[in-house]
Amino acid sequence: MTRRLWILTGLLVALSLVYVLAGAGPAWEFLLPFRATKLAAMLLVGLCLSVATVLFQTITANRILTPSVMGFDALYMLVLTIMVQLLGSSGYAGLPTALIFAINVSLMTLLGLGLFTLLQKGARGDMMRLVLTGIIFGVLLRSVTEFIQRMIDPAEFQMVQSISFARFTSVEPALLAFAALVSLPTVWLAWRMRARLDVLGLGQVPATGLGARPKQGQAVALILICILVAAATALVGPMSGMGGGPASFFGLIVTALAHVITPTERHAVLIPSAALMGCIILVGGQTIMERLLALSTPLSVVIELVGGLLFLALLLKRKRA
Amino acid sequence: MALLGRRMSKLRWAGALTLLLVLALLSLFIGAVPVTLHDLLTDPQGQQLLLVSRLPRTLAAILAGGALAVSGQIMQILARNRFVEPMTAGAGQSAALGILIAALFFPATAIWAKMGIAACTTLIGSAGLLVLIRSLPLTQPLLVPLVALVYGGVIGAFTTFFAYQGDMMQFLGAWMTGELSGVLQGRYELLWVGAGAAALTWFIADRITVLSLGENAARGLGLNVGAVTAAGLVAVSLTTAMVVVTLGAIPFVGLVVPNIVARRMGDNLRQALPVAAWSGAVLVLAGDMLGRVMRAPFEIPVASLVGVAGAGVFLVLLYSEPRHD
Repeated sequence: MTRRLWILTGLLVALSLVYVLAGAGPAWEFLLPFRATKLAAMLLVGLCLSVATVLFQTITANRILTPSVMGFDALYMLVLTIMVQLLGSSGYAGLPTALIFAINVSLMTLLGLGLFTLLQKGARGDMMRLVLTGIIFGVLLRSVTEFIQRMIDPAEFQMVQSISFARFTSVEPALLAFAALVSLPTVWLAWRMRARLDVLGLGQVPATGLGARPKQGQAVALILICILVAAATALVGPMSGMGGGPASFFGLIVTALAHVITPTERHAVLIPSAALMGCIILVGGQTIMERLLALSTPLSVVIELVGGLLFLALLLKRKRA
Repeated sequence: MALLGRRMSKLRWAGALTLLLVLALLSLFIGAVPVTLHDLLTDPQGQQLLLVSRLPRTLAAILAGGALAVSGQIMQILARNRFVEPMTAGAGQSAALGILIAALFFPATAIWAKMGIAACTTLIGSAGLLVLIRSLPLTQPLLVPLVALVYGGVIGAFTTFFAYQGDMMQFLGAWMTGELSGVLQGRYELLWVGAGAAALTWFIADRITVLSLGENAARGLGLNVGAVTAAGLVAVSLTTAMVVVTLGAIPFVGLVVPNIVARRMGDNLRQALPVAAWSGAVLVLAGDMLGRVMRAPFEIPVASLVGVAGAGVFLVLLYSEPRHD
């Protein structure tokens, strides 16, 4: 198992080097800091979303749900739109980056907690209904967002549109620093929970029998998930391709691959494996798209396409078994 | 008793049609430029506005709403599931893909040929969904809409990919937001084709009703299941493609209206289809009027309004169904 983790690490390091150095040419002094910032953003986002998805799948006891499927990205757009609506686009742009980031993360964490608690309570263990509710909730949030956007002055609407794309191309170093400051300690807390997560993954009754107090553990994990997803989304925008499907499947691809490469229920292996996998997909995917294929399509659209197919395959396989 | 019942329902229909007519008349006089009855009689410009813009727009709302509700009802029987509708389950996205293919590869062809391409891709997309759904177990009803939504999402992502490569994102976005502000004389007439296809299903309504009993029972009753399914599929695809081509995607009309109609009057389609058509027409027309009034002189697309209301109703329907494990 650990050997596989080392191989993944090696792969990631190699890909990162290729991404930063490939075709840099004589303008490297200008290019390197630019590319390094992008790389750091990708690594941070890959780390946050992967860890969040592993936690989410453990506490909801399933392998096909991710926080994004449950409407988190749509929530981000709603918060963004409401803020521009209240402050005006110039007022919004005039706010200090740190303040915007803090507002974004705390609002999304609060709303995300409310949303997930509501969904868990309402669906009462009926998985299909839970997923369907999440997806439709995402549609509802998107419709409300679109509705508010239409109430905004058309000129201001441009502003919302320009900041509502998942973008690794224009990451502000300051924002990156804030995101790291929030998410790295959170990842560390998740890592410290790894043994407890193993117990929680056994299910409600066995976990209670082992003295794990599952309700409390789930609540803590949920808070960590919300902070991680919020930080990643506030950094680069929603991962789900605009106009694409109802959901983003990045986390799904990551955890599915992690389960294939390191088949274990132990979070001490699963968390690093998923995190490495997430970073490899983002950095590798971006390298291939940018350098090899010279495609203009954002990576998130391709992830959406591949992830959707994977989601269907997983659903159909589960039902046959 | 039966006679009384029939008279009552005739009376009801008269009331329903009057309501639709009143709404349509109101819709003629709502808009950025005010038109009064007086203008209509005296001012040629007012008459022009009415003929070129207001009347087509009103007709488009009625045709699209009715056709969408009917095709939603047919789709739900074909998919044997109440939570499926063409717009979000691959048909709408396939239509967009068809438009994109036509615009990218055959930019010079006539508009009719482009519509044909869109109708074909929609047919393929909807047929693909039915094949996929057939392989799902009947014991898991909520799995069907889930698969349908993700299937629609995958086709949507595929479309987005091509739109990006061809630098057509704005083109696609403009096509896909369902709204009626661009409807003018000469630019909505295809909806008659879509509405016609939906109306034709009334003639095979009884057969489709039999199909709702399940494939084996229907076959046992002597129904040509393949032919009826194909006919229903063509009608749904044609309708969806025409609406997406002319107005863009209007979600939830095909989902919410048939659900409510079926709850009140069951699956006897010969009775239910006209009611669904009427309800869809009223819903879209009222939504469009509300969108024009709420923030005049700007407009809110009917798709946004229907999206908010429809998603809410969907959630209510989802939770009033018995629990499925």
